[in-house]
Amino acid sequence: MAIDTETVKRVAFLSRLRVDEDKIVETEEEFNKILNWVEQLNEVDTDNVEPLVSVNQTNLEWRQDVVNDGEKAEEVLKNAPMSEFGYFVVPKVVE
Amino acid sequence: MAGYIIETKENKWEVICGLEIHCQIISKSKMFSGASTVFGADANEHVSFVDAGMPGMLPVLNEKCVHQAVKTGLGLNAKINKYSQFSRKNYFYADLPQGYQITQFQYPIVGEGKVLINLEDGTTKEIGIERMHIEQDAGKSIHDIDPKKTFIDLNRAGVGLMEIVTKPDFRSPEEAGAFLRKLRSIVRYLETCDGNMDEGSMRCDVNVSVRKVGEEGYRTRCEMKNVNSVKFVMAAIENEAKRHVEVYENGGKIEQETRQFDPLTGQTKVMRKKEFAHDYRYFPEPDLPPLVLTDEYIEDIRKEMVELPDAKKARFIKDMGLTPYDADILCENKEVAAFFEKAAQGSDGKKVANWIMGDFFAMLKARHLELEQSPIKPENIGKLVNLINSNVISGNIGKEVFQIMAETGEEPEKIVEERGLKQVTDTGAIEAIVDQVIADNPDNVAAYKAGKTALAGWFVGQVMKASKGKANPGIVNKMIAEKLK
Repeated sequence: MAIDTETVKRVAFLSRLRVDEDKIVETEEEFNKILNWVEQLNEVDTDNVEPLVSVNQTNLEWRQDVVNDGEKAEEVLKNAPMSEFGYFVVPKVVE
Repeated sequence: MAGYIIETKENKWEVICGLEIHCQIISKSKMFSGASTVFGADANEHVSFVDAGMPGMLPVLNEKCVHQAVKTGLGLNAKINKYSQFSRKNYFYADLPQGYQITQFQYPIVGEGKVLINLEDGTTKEIGIERMHIEQDAGKSIHDIDPKKTFIDLNRAGVGLMEIVTKPDFRSPEEAGAFLRKLRSIVRYLETCDGNMDEGSMRCDVNVSVRKVGEEGYRTRCEMKNVNSVKFVMAAIENEAKRHVEVYENGGKIEQETRQFDPLTGQTKVMRKKEFAHDYRYFPEPDLPPLVLTDEYIEDIRKEMVELPDAKKARFIKDMGLTPYDADILCENKEVAAFFEKAAQGSDGKKVANWIMGDFFAMLKARHLELEQSPIKPENIGKLVNLINSNVISGNIGKEVFQIMAETGEEPEKIVEERGLKQVTDTGAIEAIVDQVIADNPDNVAAYKAGKTALAGWFVGQVMKASKGKANPGIVNKMIAEKLK
């Protein structure tokens, strides 16, 4: 699997990361190195092996339907670069 | 039902439609945090650090949301998957603080099912359910407070949703509308979602394509997001299908795209082209192990199931002599059905149904009352019908008694007794009035005898008036005919 320049740009866009033009080739090479390394796993015969979602084999723990959190708008907003009237405020988002 | 076909000079087109419906789960706390789900709080008051996507916070699944999903799945006659998994759906939006939505992708909690819809002509049609999965809701963006800013409230972020995906089984706007009404009725019976489309607790995405009658396979479809009433869903299907036909007949091509339905014009306009379509990069949620349910868990929920609208409708038709149409109306809402059952107990089901759907609903509407505010107790409607059926009062007096019941909330027997409204069936008493009316109107008697037999009705009217409506109309009719012979 080879990653091309277009894919690097697309992944960067989807991740909202800015990659400077002069870094694209370098990033592309890094991507390919990582992928090639992981691709070694293809050598293992995985026929008849169930896909593994997680190495953590514990059961899912759930909680009862009780309200025991929230009511702390001030703390929730503490790190927000901008907030007004209890809302987070961001530059206008219109699709 | 007769097919819904768009006919042009050259062709006959049929509509293919499928729906995706998001239903907000009724639970006290959110799906993965202990913050409240109550609607209408001050901005960001019902937000935990999990909902706000703070680093290091971990989701813990709310059992109630699973319970509600399984219950809904059973209500959709669907397969419950004992093994399901959560996935991350990745996209950037200001009201999605985590940068991804926890949802289910490859392994949803509910598989294929089916729902019967009731059509206007009294027939039913089976609609296939493709799947149903559970996921968290996003926050709310408010764009109209400031021209340059968007305001974000995360109170809704993390509230549990059930997304129900149907098979492309709808062939007309009417069928889609009937499905939404049926689904709303089912989730309300089950109390898993309040089903209010106008408040956004039930939201609908509509997929539409068309094909020539007889054509195999499907053509390109367009999706309309967040269409928020049954009426708008129907209008969106109608108008979008027409647009497709026009494009095809003019030699054009339909692009796969997301469109927006404008409730003001009823038209759809493009929102997002395929090349700008999201790339969600789903992958298994590392913070949550797979969800594994036991048979026992599912069976315990099955035991809680209430009688659903279809079963209730069948019983009302079979045991109470209702028509399918009446039964549909009375079963759509659980409270109405319960009210009807109480009223019909020990009375005449069909006639009680007529009173409820006629005078009773009209009375509630005129007084702007909800069912639970009704001044009339259900059992009193049954008693009123019994009084009429046993000829204690006439149908007309029944209407009068009903009005008094609505005013005072009193029992019909008491009203009839205290106000002396009992029907006179004593032939001697009626005969005296009939004789009097005949004696007072020699001209009309002569006219009747000369062949103007339509005057019989007038005589009956006079007698009823003289008896203040209490004379039994059947006896009066018969007696007039006898006497004027």
